[in-house]
Amino acid sequence: MAAKVVVYSTPTCPYCKRAKDYLTRKGIAYQEFNVAEDREKAREMIEKSGQMGVPVIVVDNDLVVGFDQAKLDKLLLK
Amino acid sequence: MHELMIIGAGPAGLAAAVYAARKRLKALLVSGDIGGQVNQTLGIENYLGYQFIEGAELIAKFESQVSQFPIDQKIGTRISRLGEITDGFEAISETGDGFQARVVLFATGKRPKKLGVSGEAEFAGKGVSYCAICDGPVFAGQRVAIVGGGNSAVGAALDMVRIAEHVDLVSLTPLTADIILIEKLVEASNVSVYAQYQTEKIYGNAFVSGIVIKGLVTGEEKRLDASGVFIEIGLAPNSEPVKDLIELNKWGEVPVSCANETTMPGLYAAGDVTDVPEKQIIVAAGEGAKAVLQAHRYLQQLAK
Repeated sequence: MAAKVVVYSTPTCPYCKRAKDYLTRKGIAYQEFNVAEDREKAREMIEKSGQMGVPVIVVDNDLVVGFDQAKLDKLLLK
Repeated sequence: MHELMIIGAGPAGLAAAVYAARKRLKALLVSGDIGGQVNQTLGIENYLGYQFIEGAELIAKFESQVSQFPIDQKIGTRISRLGEITDGFEAISETGDGFQARVVLFATGKRPKKLGVSGEAEFAGKGVSYCAICDGPVFAGQRVAIVGGGNSAVGAALDMVRIAEHVDLVSLTPLTADIILIEKLVEASNVSVYAQYQTEKIYGNAFVSGIVIKGLVTGEEKRLDASGVFIEIGLAPNSEPVKDLIELNKWGEVPVSCANETTMPGLYAAGDVTDVPEKQIIVAAGEGAKAVLQAHRYLQQLAK
């Protein structure tokens, strides 16, 4: 079964865009939350990741802070 | 053993990879990330061929061009030390892996400077950020502080006054940003500028709740409430891996000749980590290309 992928991002963040482009290139569907506008989701992101930087990418129950391609690849392979 | 190892994959390293491939060099590209500082650049209006392009998109174009070629790549690998071996160099990664090559192009760029105050490391990512364009919008509706007085600090303040409740701009010196930016900033009703104030401390519990600043002229100490602190005080060269091999200049940059040679034969450097006078994407790309052509010539001479 394909992993459920969620991306918390802001519209201006280049790392977020690169992360989303990367997922798209790999053909991985993801749900995106714009934490600049959605305060509720911003709180949720901070709670889950224990920090305030974007992007935060959640793959099923695992979490990647920042566009860490190596870690993301590992989680997507699971 | 590779003929050429390119350390760093910003504009200099990526342009170098293209030129290395076209010279059919057996090359390895090793870097912590792809794109370097371009990852922290929103829009670019001065790279030839594009009137406007987003930083992320330009990196993607560079990356896809490089991936057309048979260049070995180790991305996600940060080099912590470069040393000499018989017939070349060995780079050691943070995780202890070794990579060898006959010649090296060092193109590791720059990184945001740290303030060096208490609380900064503890709250990194927990309110302390070095990328205002990335993380700024997370702090919409809140009080934030920006430390710095140059174009990037005042630019970040201009972005933040539109979305934050209040912005405190704290600069050690009088503001050095372009006057046009400063004029725009002081028009905002929700900004306070503390020029000639030193940032002494960042405090909070789980996350940042404020900073302590001290007036250099007045001696007065002030606590400013802030849930976000953006540090925009300039850039430091990523030159630590070669600091024992060659003498750096007083800013920690790698001195190079106009042919990108360092003082050590076989070690070339390009882009923002060097003392090249202008730190620009287009300059770094050109320097990377030039360095590889020189390195190629050097390898040909070695083979004779």
